[in-house]
Amino acid sequence: MSPRITLATAVRVAAQLRRDPRTIALLLVVPAVLMALLRYVLDGQPETYNRIAAPLLGMFPFIVMFLVTSITMLRERTSGTLERLMTMPLAKLDLLLGYGLAFGLVGAVQATITSLVAFGLLGVHTAASDALVVALAVGNAVLGMSLGLFVSAFAATEFQAVQFMPALVFPQMLLCGLFVPRPRMAPVLQAVSDVLPLTYAFDALSRVTADGRFDTRVAVDLAVTLGVTLLALSLGAGTLRRRSA
Amino acid sequence: MDAITIDRLSVVRGGTPVLHDVSVAVAAGAVTGLLGPSGSGKTTLMRSIVGVQVVRSGAVTVLGQPAGSVSLRARVGYMTQAPSVYLDLTVSENLRYFASVLGATGERVREVIGTVALGGFADRVVGRLSGGQIARVSLATALLNEPQVLVLDEPTVGLDPVLRRELWASFRDLAAAGCTLLVSSHVMDEAAHCDHLVLMRDGRILTAERPSELLLRTGAADLEDAFLRVIEAGPA
Repeated sequence: MSPRITLATAVRVAAQLRRDPRTIALLLVVPAVLMALLRYVLDGQPETYNRIAAPLLGMFPFIVMFLVTSITMLRERTSGTLERLMTMPLAKLDLLLGYGLAFGLVGAVQATITSLVAFGLLGVHTAASDALVVALAVGNAVLGMSLGLFVSAFAATEFQAVQFMPALVFPQMLLCGLFVPRPRMAPVLQAVSDVLPLTYAFDALSRVTADGRFDTRVAVDLAVTLGVTLLALSLGAGTLRRRSA
Repeated sequence: MDAITIDRLSVVRGGTPVLHDVSVAVAAGAVTGLLGPSGSGKTTLMRSIVGVQVVRSGAVTVLGQPAGSVSLRARVGYMTQAPSVYLDLTVSENLRYFASVLGATGERVREVIGTVALGGFADRVVGRLSGGQIARVSLATALLNEPQVLVLDEPTVGLDPVLRRELWASFRDLAAAGCTLLVSSHVMDEAAHCDHLVLMRDGRILTAERPSELLLRTGAADLEDAFLRVIEAGPA
């Protein structure tokens, strides 16, 4: 591990992203537009909108970072640059943390813009401080990113990587409690949602935004989210092979 | 003195044997040409030397260490056949990134850009360059850390004759400075630039000797003819 190489990797990933202004624009603008769309879909039900909107601030970075990271990492694998880096004095964690830094920063900017629009223009209000909501949203971005890095190892093409989103992200969204509160789900579904990481990330956000208290449950949620992030990163490091067949 | 020794190396890729019990040595401080038709196992042999290939059996030793050792990562340069650089970065952004991974200086980045004659293209995005220019960016990357062993997989494909001659001249300079080069090619006229030749076919080494020895032994007029005679005679 070397801070110099980690930082150089983050700068490199950011420079690649900068070459693609359309992606940046989509990353930063689309979540805010969707929040506004939802606001008008739920025009007659301001309470429902308010209950859903705040936790959604964390869902967008989760989804987007999952997708962006899995495809970028897949490109690194298929372009031969990963193989080249693996012949160089670069630790696998240098690469993963470099990606983490660059995309974590993008996630932070995205969450901040979406939150500013939601709180400032769309009238979303939560019991928690705005800064705490943004911080939790960034946490969701990092979780999505680490899962994306991990699953990129199982995709041979970009088509496959894109399909991992409906396959792995949508079930988590359906079961995390966003659409139906978890206690009202069938016991089997509840048990499944108990082992899905997004359940905990969502639970933390919805509890904090609903009553503003940072209690033990929230602490457990955050510990699980962080644990899964680290687990996915180390599993991701395991999928980076110095030697291949 | 041999910089690379390969002892009874066998490699199987995707269920198909690619290298059969290959043994060969690469002399230090010289340019060794690895020649043979496509599909003969040149790339697999090179991948084994830089330590990215899973091998079935046998030993590959580079600078006295098993291939792929951590201590070799800063001392061995590798250029893959398909250019492995970031197409969405500029030439100098690519090289600066790989330089920081390798611990090379900004001065060195400028030097290697000059070596591959891309001085006028340093700030161009690599994906917009021609195929030959992209290959040179990839080559420049392999030169960054002034490696003691340089493994180049078809570095001159798609380059014009003038540039090919310049690159071969810089390979000769590197060897004169003590670097060991293993360069693959399927263009036989490049064999004349090499101190030693290794000819492969169907995953086996047909011959490993100096160009002059090869010509003398086969009685051929030129190297291309000599290769054909060796191939017709079958494995030694």
